[in-house]
Amino acid sequence: MSILFFLVALLFLWQGTYIVLVDWLGIYKCYAFPSPLGVGQKLVELWHRGTLGQIIGNSLLRGLQGYLVAIVIGVLLGVLLYRSKYLQKNLRPLILGVQTLPSVCWVPFSILWFGLSEHAILFVVIMGSSFGIAIGVDQAMQHVAPIHKKVAYTMGANQWQLYTKVIFHAALPEFVMVLKQGWSFAWRSLMAGEVMTTSIGLGQTLVTGRDLADINQVALVMLLIIGIGVCIDQCFFTVVENHLLRTRGLLPEKKRGRVVVYTKRVLRWGYGLVGGFAKSFS
Amino acid sequence: MALEFRNVGKKFENSNRYTLKDMNITIEDGEFVCIVGESGCGKSTLLNLAAGLERPSEGGIYLDGKAITGPGADRTVMFQEHGLYPWLTVEENVKFGMQLQKVDKKEQEERAAKYLKMVHLQGYEKYRIHQLSGGMRQRVALARALTMDSKILLMDEPFSALDKQTSNRLREELETIWLKTKKTVLFITHSVEEAVYLGDRVIVLSSTYKGVRDIVPIELPRPREVYDEAFVEYRHRLLREVKSGMPA
Ligand SMILES: Nc1ncnc2c1ncn2[C@@H]1O[C@H](COP(=O)(O)OP(=O)(O)OP(=O)(O)O)[C@@H](O)[C@H]1O
Ligand SMILES: [Mg+2]
Repeated sequence: MSILFFLVALLFLWQGTYIVLVDWLGIYKCYAFPSPLGVGQKLVELWHRGTLGQIIGNSLLRGLQGYLVAIVIGVLLGVLLYRSKYLQKNLRPLILGVQTLPSVCWVPFSILWFGLSEHAILFVVIMGSSFGIAIGVDQAMQHVAPIHKKVAYTMGANQWQLYTKVIFHAALPEFVMVLKQGWSFAWRSLMAGEVMTTSIGLGQTLVTGRDLADINQVALVMLLIIGIGVCIDQCFFTVVENHLLRTRGLLPEKKRGRVVVYTKRVLRWGYGLVGGFAKSFS
Repeated sequence: MALEFRNVGKKFENSNRYTLKDMNITIEDGEFVCIVGESGCGKSTLLNLAAGLERPSEGGIYLDGKAITGPGADRTVMFQEHGLYPWLTVEENVKFGMQLQKVDKKEQEERAAKYLKMVHLQGYEKYRIHQLSGGMRQRVALARALTMDSKILLMDEPFSALDKQTSNRLREELETIWLKTKKTVLFITHSVEEAVYLGDRVIVLSSTYKGVRDIVPIELPRPREVYDEAFVEYRHRLLREVKSGMPA
């Protein structure tokens, strides 16, 4: 709740700054300084034009496609690294190196291969996130406590059982963290790709904003990119992660919200009342 | 099954000293052997060798004459750390080994219920491991080990984290089960009393000897009485040996 107030306060501050700097003092021209009201107007405008859904939908779908492929590649590569001492020693340093490459650097290469197409964007997303996932998956499995594996071995686990019943579960919280980080890589790479190409999406809308010298559109798209990123992180990954940590006693049990507690209390009271009535009639 | 150590030596990687050297022990089929010795003398190492989790640097370990090359379900291990899985409930943990062995579902239920009752943990089936006390965790691990129903039990200080009453009760339970099933048991403990109570023989390890300092057969009828004169005598003798085995 408190963060909501904070954000609203920030909006007011922003609008206030705009009024002072642009309207009163005239230090900036109105096309050089975005304002919350201007951004809001732009949002409504895009909404009415019917393009907003398409812009966000396109980007999300593209991001998701690339991300899913990256997960498959990353997990396979990670497991290979974990299983093979040879690859661990020789391939892992290379992957680490490639992973430090900012995803924008894949854009020229991608365009030369695929032209200004959807595939070019997907390629950037995949390149930008699968190596990080691979390294993370390998590391998560390395971190499994030896005792967990020893116990399984002495109870006669075969390799398949060891992986599916022990290593997977033991590494799961860290896997989710890795996937979360992988998503943020994918999302950033997606923007890098979209900015360079012409397919409709958030990145392209951002660039159009620049071309039209429409600073409010630029600010709006930036806010949307942040908002969607944070939303997916908080509404999906963090929820799953916290649930996993909680069932293992690595996070304190969740305190029930006040609403839940009161609702339960009222319901119980209601049941009691109904039960009492029922009794007095029978 | 008989478990035999022949000329076993163990030197860890990156270490130039032997932890164990020239070990020769034979544990007969159905025998209960206890191992005592001061901390760090190599008790857990010995158990890991028998479990197949460590390879001996010299010599070999044999099960009914067949060399042990790795871990297997014919030897159930109860580790010094409980080694329970935090993502499973108590019940799922207890059934874990049986699931690996593809034991019949109904049989799983029965055995799990039986041994959870034995360690007095009925009603805790749905708890997670972090919701249990240290002693309760150890008891879950014991229940899990017993459900495996293997011929050999290797136990590393299974009762040392428990209070005196619980550990006394559990060692009586263990003795009863052993008398019934005639499993071969290798039991590590730092409690000389526990060793004299349970063991057919007690092996004293010592770090100055890098291995066996003495093997003492306990010739007392079961169930044993801790205040018995002969019992007390065995205790004193073993305590002296454990102490004198320590480095000066
Ligand atoms: N993986 C290892 N690498 C190197 N040295 C080891 C390793 N494991 C054990 N040791 C050494 O071997 C010796 C025996 O260790 P071990 O764990 O067997 O002792 P222990 O008798 O079980 O002691 P405690 O009663 O405290 O459990 C110790 O000196 C220890 O430092
Ligand atoms: Mg030990």
